[in-house]
Parts: sequence; C-alpha cells; structure tokens
Amino acid sequence: MAEQFTSLTAIAAPYEPLNVDTDQIVPARFLKFPRKDGYGKFLFHDVREEPDFVLNRAPFDQARILVANANFGCGSSREGAAYAFHDAGFRAVIAPSFGDIFYANCMKNGIVPVRLPDSECASLRKILEKNPGTQITVDLVAQEVRETGGRTHRFAIDAFYREMLLKGVDELGLTLSLLPEIEAFERAYAREAPWAVR
Amino acid sequence: MDAPRSLFDKIWARHVVLRREGQCLLYVDRHLVHDGSFHAFANLERRGARVRRPRQTFGTPDHYVPTLSRSPADAATPEIRRMVETFAVNVTKHGVSAFELSDERQGIVHIVGPEQGITLPGLVLVCGDSHTSTHGALGALAFGIGQSENEHVLATQTLWQAPQRTMRISVEGRRPDGVSAKDVILAIIASIGAGGAVGHVVEYAGSAIRSMSIEERLTVCNMSIEAGARAGMVAPDDTTFSYLAEKPFSPKGAEWDRALKYWKTLPSDSAARFDSEVSLEAGKIEPMVTWGTSPENALPIGAVVPEGPQRALEYMGLAPGTRLEGLSVDRVFIGSCTNSRIEDLRAAAAVARGRKARVPAMVVPGSGQVKKQAEAEGLDRIFREAGFEWRHAGCSMCVGMNGDLGRPQERIASTSNRNFEGRQGKGARTHLMSPAMAAAAAVAGFLTDVRKL
Repeated sequence: MAEQFTSLTAIAAPYEPLNVDTDQIVPARFLKFPRKDGYGKFLFHDVREEPDFVLNRAPFDQARILVANANFGCGSSREGAAYAFHDAGFRAVIAPSFGDIFYANCMKNGIVPVRLPDSECASLRKILEKNPGTQITVDLVAQEVRETGGRTHRFAIDAFYREMLLKGVDELGLTLSLLPEIEAFERAYAREAPWAVR
Repeated sequence: MDAPRSLFDKIWARHVVLRREGQCLLYVDRHLVHDGSFHAFANLERRGARVRRPRQTFGTPDHYVPTLSRSPADAATPEIRRMVETFAVNVTKHGVSAFELSDERQGIVHIVGPEQGITLPGLVLVCGDSHTSTHGALGALAFGIGQSENEHVLATQTLWQAPQRTMRISVEGRRPDGVSAKDVILAIIASIGAGGAVGHVVEYAGSAIRSMSIEERLTVCNMSIEAGARAGMVAPDDTTFSYLAEKPFSPKGAEWDRALKYWKTLPSDSAARFDSEVSLEAGKIEPMVTWGTSPENALPIGAVVPEGPQRALEYMGLAPGTRLEGLSVDRVFIGSCTNSRIEDLRAAAAVARGRKARVPAMVVPGSGQVKKQAEAEGLDRIFREAGFEWRHAGCSMCVGMNGDLGRPQERIASTSNRNFEGRQGKGARTHLMSPAMAAAAAVAGFLTDVRKL
C-alpha cells in the first residue's frame, strides 16, 4: 500500500557527490534483514563513519528532504535503498537525475523523487549549506519546491504516480482489479506467440 | 506505410495490455527470481496473493550461495544460510520453476536465463536485479526492477511502465587483438558517463557488435546499467538463432519455425529514429581498467591516474599521475554475471596456462553448466595448476553477499561490473577489467597489458 503524500515542509540536507550509488545508500550486507526490523539505521551506513558527513551534523540529522546531485541512486536495484530513506524519515529526494530503478522504488515507498535542473539543485544545496536548518516545501499538488521566503521551482512528475501518491492508492490492488483485461490480453497473445505464454 | 520502428518500439507495442495517464500496463513474459527476492515473496504472502504464472517465473539462488560447496550448511553465516533456505521454501510453496543449489543448472540468474533458452528474442523479461539488462543481448526487452515491482509481477504478470527514450550506440570496425567485449563496454561507459543513458533503452549496433558472439553481447548488455540504461539490447540475427536452437526451454519443431519467423521481423527498421545516437570506433579501443569508484572511471591500461574526485582517489589509495600499468594487486576475482561464461573462462585460462598466480586468485563459474563445460575442457586443471582457486557457481565476490569478500585497502583486479566503494567488501579497492586482463594481473601480481605477455 503506497503511503500518501501531498505536501511536506521540512529541514533539507544538501549532498554534493555525483553518481551516488545504492551500495552507498545501503551496503549489500544489510539487505538480508527483514523490513519490519527497520532500515533507517542502514541509511548511508558506511558513509556515516565520516564524522563530517552531512546527516551526522545537526540540524541536518533532522532532515526529511535530501537535495542531491546527478544520477542519484544509480547502480543496484535494491529497494532497501528506498526503505532506508523511508525508515529514516525522508519523504522527498531532489536531484537533477536519478537512477531509473531507484526512482521507481521511491514512488512505491511514499518518497517523492523530484527532478530539478542542475543549476537549481546546486543553488538549493548552496542555500542549505549556508543556512543549516532551512526548511523547504515539496508540494506534490502544485508540483513545486518552495524555498521559505525564496524562489519557487516547478517540477514535472509522471501523472500516474502523482495521482497514486496523492491518494495513497494501492498500485497492486488497482492492477488486480484489471485482471479480466490482463486475461483477455494473455489469451490473444498466447495464440500469436504460444512460446511466450507457458 | 507504418512509421519505421526500432527493436524496442516493436517489443513494447506487442506487450501493452492497456494505457492509463501516460503509463502502460506491460505484459511480462518471463520473470526471474533469486535468493534476494524474499521481500517480494514476503509481501505477496502478507497480501494473501499467489504467483499468477509460476511456469513463466524461473528461480535460482545466486547472491547468497556458498561457492566452496553446494551445501547451504557451508554458508558463511547462519543469516546467509537462512537466505538460501528461504529461497527454496518460497519457490516450492509457489510452484515456481527453479534450479536449486543442488541442481547442476543452478547459477547466476543472468547466466542461467540465456543458457537455458528461458530468454528469447522479443520477450519482456524482468528480474529484481539491475543486471537484468544482460538478457537484451538476445533481442529481448529485459530490465531490472525493485522488490515492489517484483511482487507486482508475481501477482499479475504485468508492470506499469512509461515508455523510455531510446539511444543507439554504434560500434563500427574491427576490435584489435587482445581487446574484449568488456573493453568495448568499459570504453562506452567512459565515453558517455555513468549517467549517460539514464532514462534510455540502449540498442547496441554496428559491425563490431554484429560480429560478436552471444556471450560477448551478453557482457556488453550486462553493463548497460553502469551507463544508467535500465535495458540494453542487440537485434536478433543468425548468431542469436543458432545460439538458441536446441536450448532446453527454446521453442521446438513447428513452434520454433513460427517463432523464428517472428524474431526475424524484430530488428529496427532502417529508418527507425532514436532519441540519441552515439558512435565509437572499435579499432581505437584498448584493454581497459578502472581507476576510481564509478565504472565511468575507465582508461586504457597504458594511461595514468587522472586528476579526479578527491574522495575516489583517497578511497582507491591513488595519486594523479600514477601509471595504471604496474600497480600491484592483492587479489584477483574472475566471475560475475558480466564475465563468468565459458568464453570468459577460456580467455582467462589461456593467460593462466603454464604460469603461476602471484596473489590469491579465484575463478567462480557463472553456472553449474559453465563449470561442467570448463571441466570437460580441462580449464579447471589449468587454473588449479596456476594456483587459482576453482569454485562453485554464484555471484560471489562481485557483491560479497555470500561472504566472499575482499579486505579493507585490498586492491582487487576483478572481472565484475561495479567498482563502487565497499562493493567487494568494506574498504576494498576494485579495478574492473576483462577476464584475460584479470588473469594477467594474477600471474604478474600487478596490473599489466595482456598483449605484452
């Protein structure tokens, strides 16, 4: 069941590195643990050993929004990366681009992945670094990121998933309600490509 | 006259069940599962749902399996053992077609799919692993998914997807001697960057791709995700068809003839348009090694470490200006879904033959079938005589989830696909390269140009 998201105003943390892979977000050795134990403690587990890592520093340790850099969440398909953000309290990640699988995994876990142009992400990160504790708003209804007392950044997001997040729709439940259409497709397809449908 | 279409367009159009708000509900022909897919099975059970098409779902344990033996009891820790056993429980309970640890067809899921003929041209194939892009080498649309998507496919045999953009990467000309498919894909990633193909499905084309064997194409497509592409593909041709003929799960008889006729319609139309085009000259590619912590940090072996991100240089213990050639290594890993097929092992064995490894080196075949074939050819003996360890099939030290790990600061010459921080063990320093280059590093004790051996 997808968690609902409409709008969030929270402390945001800036994170500069390019191409942050999901192995950094949650190292592979933690993926064998059941979800119910919570994945928040694994978020950036090994990166956190660096004392000056942004999420170790107050007030960024209270952040619920991350402003990152290009190709964020590249690499492995591990949904543990999205679990870790979710369980650590994050509900939005802003970056110029995302690894495609991580992007999809965020949507399924009630985390809004916001794509903003490179220059806007860079300027947001600069503001956050200069004024730690700054809150920003991610508004999915208006499709805007708003700096408190500052600029408004419009963003585009897939209409299907926007709706899903706004209403907290259960995606699998929706598809199960379409089973008759799937079955009809499958019957016709099996006649054309019998080797495909077993 | 219909508009010209690409291979991707044709496969996509054939699998759309219905459309809604820019998304397509896509039919999935083959769903591969492994021992890391347990969250998906757990979620499915919480919902009280069943696997809808167990015969189109294939499983094999790979990420967590021990490589010293075929017994779960030899797993590195009790938690790891539990993962292998949970997999067996899940596939049995849901009646999924599975090659379990004791089955000689077991192996890395991306080795097993093509090898068994489970992967076929024109199919949509998904798996909860980013290296699912591998299967596109046979002309399938294959991509990695998360565990929620896994659960969705188990329950419905479909996925919601938005059509992706397309990129054609053409590699023209002849590869110089000593330059492998791994060098080609590392050169591509170095050229377009780790995020160069984000949001795209890549079709690899050009004479250098067409002249590749299927195993070489599998290596190229495997690392598409390292350039950000969720899927990579190669148009099916006679090389594809002869590879698939007589594979255990390939269609047979009249069904084969019918499938073949369809497969021949799949290659991109000559006027097909791609959202972006990239081209490389095969003749200019050299044996490649990576120096940093992203696969885009790849250079010819004759190069020096460039000025790079301080963080990556520190992690790798390298200073700009250092020659890559001659850099001493502590360990060598030959394996992974990128490079553990029989042709990879032959290439490594040809280098190891009659020489001695100067550092610990380990060869992990991609599947029980590859292992059996290698042993029939005497490759295991060549490796053992050269002091390499000869293991059982699994993902092993590519990702270390089974406990096959490098130590902190250890420098590893590896045929795998990711040189990320901590990928092969906390603090371990990975240099990616081809099987022949890794074998050369093992016998030299340092990174070296295999062409000089």
